[in-house]
Amino acid sequence: MLYAFDLSLDSQQGFNAVADMLSNSFFAKLVAWGLVSALLYHFFAGIKHLIMDCGYCEELESGTLIAKATLVAGVVSTLLAGIWIW
Amino acid sequence: MVTTITSFGRSGLYDWMIQRATAVVLLVYTVFILFYLLTNSGLTYEQWKDLFSLTWVRVFTLMALLSLGAHAWIGLWSVSTDYIKPTGPRFLFQVICGAAMFSYLVWGVQVLWGL
Repeated sequence: MLYAFDLSLDSQQGFNAVADMLSNSFFAKLVAWGLVSALLYHFFAGIKHLIMDCGYCEELESGTLIAKATLVAGVVSTLLAGIWIW
Repeated sequence: MVTTITSFGRSGLYDWMIQRATAVVLLVYTVFILFYLLTNSGLTYEQWKDLFSLTWVRVFTLMALLSLGAHAWIGLWSVSTDYIKPTGPRFLFQVICGAAMFSYLVWGVQVLWGL
């Protein structure tokens, strides 16, 4: 990912190469989707963690609810990321 | 007796706090980059180059990269101390993680400031 970032800022040719890969290569799209999905799930799970650090949603009922909400947010954002990438 | 010498800040409480502070930096940076990419769908090289020529974007990106290194170190340290019981393999795993994070950081600085 850092390599793609480096290449995209290196020159116009480098930027084109990255843009071309991300719009034409199935493998590059799959890798991008995997990375973005993992980031987004970690993102929502992290927010849940911070909310619980603040003392909220620590009861069985609310805890289960926020855990489910995190999973739903993860799945929905993964699907949206897929639509965005393809 | 002090037996914890490989953790990030030599103190669980300090690591705990750093983990949360870096999490917030990464949270804000993720929102920033995603928002930028989603609102600039026909991104050109000039726009992209201009974005990373702004000092505040470079500072913010470096802050995110430093946070990523610390956050990943504390996270993987926690996982490895929980699941890799023998000292040798655990230490090797931590050395590899540390080397990877240090390399990413230095490489990132080079990309950002084009040294």
